[in-house]
Amino acid sequence: MIQVSNLTKRYAGGRTAVDDISFTVARGEIVGLLGPNGAGKSTTMRVLSGFMPATSGTVKVAGFDVFHDSDETRRRIGYMPENNPLYPEMRVREYLKFRARLKGLGWKKSRERVTTVMEQCGLTDVGRRVIGQLSKGYKQRVGLADALVHEPELIILDEPTIGLDPQQIRSVRALIKSLAGKHTVLISTHILPEVEMMCGRVLIMLGGRVLASDTPENLQRRMAGGSQIIAEIAAPFEALRAVWENLPEVAQFDISAGEGEFFRCALTPRDGEDLRPLIFNLARVNGWALRELTRSRHSLEDIYMQVTKPTTEAVE
Amino acid sequence: MRIFWTLLRRELSSFFLSLTGYVIIAAVTLLVGLSFVVLIAGVGSDPFTAPVTEMFYGTFYFWLVLLLATPVITMRLFALEKASGTFETLMTTPVGDMQVVAAKFTAAIIFYMVAWLPLLACLFIVQHFTNQAGALDGGTMGGMYLGIFLVGCVFLSMGCLASAISYSQMTAAMISFVLGVSLFSLAYLAKSTPVNAHWQTQVLAYFNLFDQMHDFARGAVDTRAVIFYVSATFLFLFLTLRVVESRRWK
Repeated sequence: MIQVSNLTKRYAGGRTAVDDISFTVARGEIVGLLGPNGAGKSTTMRVLSGFMPATSGTVKVAGFDVFHDSDETRRRIGYMPENNPLYPEMRVREYLKFRARLKGLGWKKSRERVTTVMEQCGLTDVGRRVIGQLSKGYKQRVGLADALVHEPELIILDEPTIGLDPQQIRSVRALIKSLAGKHTVLISTHILPEVEMMCGRVLIMLGGRVLASDTPENLQRRMAGGSQIIAEIAAPFEALRAVWENLPEVAQFDISAGEGEFFRCALTPRDGEDLRPLIFNLARVNGWALRELTRSRHSLEDIYMQVTKPTTEAVE
Repeated sequence: MRIFWTLLRRELSSFFLSLTGYVIIAAVTLLVGLSFVVLIAGVGSDPFTAPVTEMFYGTFYFWLVLLLATPVITMRLFALEKASGTFETLMTTPVGDMQVVAAKFTAAIIFYMVAWLPLLACLFIVQHFTNQAGALDGGTMGGMYLGIFLVGCVFLSMGCLASAISYSQMTAAMISFVLGVSLFSLAYLAKSTPVNAHWQTQVLAYFNLFDQMHDFARGAVDTRAVIFYVSATFLFLFLTLRVVESRRWK
């Protein structure tokens, strides 16, 4: 659906916002563009939506070049820019109809579609209200409804949940998730749980480059060391050390004194294996009391911090 | 074409749904009313043979309307959309740049002509209370409105350009006011410079808005003036279009 190859965008004044990035997005995917502010997410989206040309490189949407076949691609894209700009003096229904007509829908078709997207986005009750007087959550939904109104193949949402309260964020997320399959969705965000919840794939951007691109699960697996097992066992220190040393599945271990006669063992498994059944059996065979057995997983946040940290420190 | 009408409808509705729109109409009405007072005072004191429409151009208020109202009408067109970000949502729909410029300019000129309507009322009052047939006829009135329309096109297209190159409404209004005053000063210079064999004075003569307006007010449509106004309008609109397109090659 999207093919970006060697895209570079330099602004007048010489600042390079996007530096030679390439990625593809398949039809029906929900992909998250993740990165701190100023990473080049919005710029990438602006080029994709056809608002700005690339300095070099090509961007194709549904097989059409966004610069040379701009009209064709714009017809296929529903784009909601950052901060979701709307006309505050218009009424919700009127605005959506205006947008539908601009996107080339006929009189009857635009009426039908506006009614449909208003139901889909929960706007039916506020159709007659003036946009400027709506709450932020409703405004955001108006922006989403606008992006959806012409049934685009590709939906590009730039920070769709920014500035919303938790309840509103949940409803917007649910709405975006419901688009999977029918539409291809590209979302940018700097909120990590959001990506884990909604997206099938993550592109981590920093300083205008794509640093990683994979499913959230694969990214977690790829993390150096993978997961860690924490076990609290009541056993003699020496015995514990001997056991972990002799276990081929344990790559690294660290034992610290816990409460009472318990010792807290942090074990790093080789090849990301799950050691928990093994530890349970060990404790049972030796008659040791086992108080805690958990596997700490690297969250996307750790991955994100690890991927983005060295460079940000170098900058500082 | 359908997209043009959709855009035009929105632009017009935003003129008539905003307070600014009515403030402009009120201000123009006030200035027209003031020039009407001047006219009445003039007619009352001296015997007066020329058509009354000529008197309107003779007053300072007419030019005040052009200089003050047109920047306020046009400042919003592009600058507000750029400032609020709606320019991005607008230009990422399959609309052509030319459609956008044409719709915005057309909306501005329609609104401008609506703002001039109170003048008709003044003229009818004059016609009602004078028994002279020559004071007001269809020709002079048509000529006068044509003149208002054409000179308005020039000023509004300058305003469009100013709005397209700026990111805030204030800047847009100031730039178009400066452009307007420059044109006005040029016209003043043209009026006070006698035309002679030098080509400079002959070129300058085209900028003599005062005499041209005077002709229109008498009901005389000078083709040279019409062509000058129309081509100036197209020039400014073409520049506006280039500015709007510039984001593609900047």
